[in-house]
Amino acid sequence: MIYLTRRYRFSASHRLHSPRLSEEENQRVFGKCNNPGGHGHNYVLEVTVNGKPDPKTGMVVDLAQLDRFVGEEVLERFDHAYLNADAESFGDKVPTTENLCIDIFHRLRAGFVAVPVARVRLEETSLNSFEYRGEEGRTP
Amino acid sequence: MIYLTRKIEFSASHYYWNPEFTPEENRRVFGKCANRHGHGHNYVLEVTVAGEPDPVTGMVLDMKELKQILEREVMEVFDHKFINQEVSQLDGKIPTSENIACIIWTLLEGKVPGGRLHHIRLYETPDLFVDYYGGNAAR
Repeated sequence: MIYLTRRYRFSASHRLHSPRLSEEENQRVFGKCNNPGGHGHNYVLEVTVNGKPDPKTGMVVDLAQLDRFVGEEVLERFDHAYLNADAESFGDKVPTTENLCIDIFHRLRAGFVAVPVARVRLEETSLNSFEYRGEEGRTP
Repeated sequence: MIYLTRKIEFSASHYYWNPEFTPEENRRVFGKCANRHGHGHNYVLEVTVAGEPDPVTGMVLDMKELKQILEREVMEVFDHKFINQEVSQLDGKIPTSENIACIIWTLLEGKVPGGRLHHIRLYETPDLFVDYYGGNAAR
């Protein structure tokens, strides 16, 4: 079994704020990330698929097909977007990078049928990253 | 258990071409990678070994020895080579990173001193890499 990972980039802004918390609590919990005007990141997205290399092509996945799907379903949706305005992805959830990572995983898992999406890893900055393999996913 | 990783870099060229396909099919399936003159990458290979630190040395294995094994088993085979023509281990296979990783695993398996080969990661570019854990094991 081969795990193949492709990296993509997009830039987006968000504000961490929960309607379930008071103004003071939001300030205390989210600190600078609660700034009313929001703030942005250059996200790096890693998408991992797994499978056996096709004997005819030596490839686990058609990369052009994967690039097209991630481009249409993820990059076009989130690149240069204000995540809080995306009600379909977040509803009443705070658009943290944790929740964004889970949303992207489910979008890819549900829509990309060529090979299984095993893992999504999202770097918010070069110092912070989040990884999701689904609820049943195992770590190495 | 400690997971120890050693990294090496090699540069090599390849192209993708399946003789059972027509030229048109090859170009459609493999795109630019079907150019018969080949194209190259600076591959980065990470080799991860799992083991317990030796109580006397505090080390999982002798890094110097691992480096020599990687030189002999991987660098000599792949570095500055045209993979399609010069790496016989890949004869009959398309030299994708997927297949190269599987071959590197077989070249290293059983040769790592003092620990268990856990997994390898092969970067074709900084934005494209494959992980292989050997056999059919998921992890």
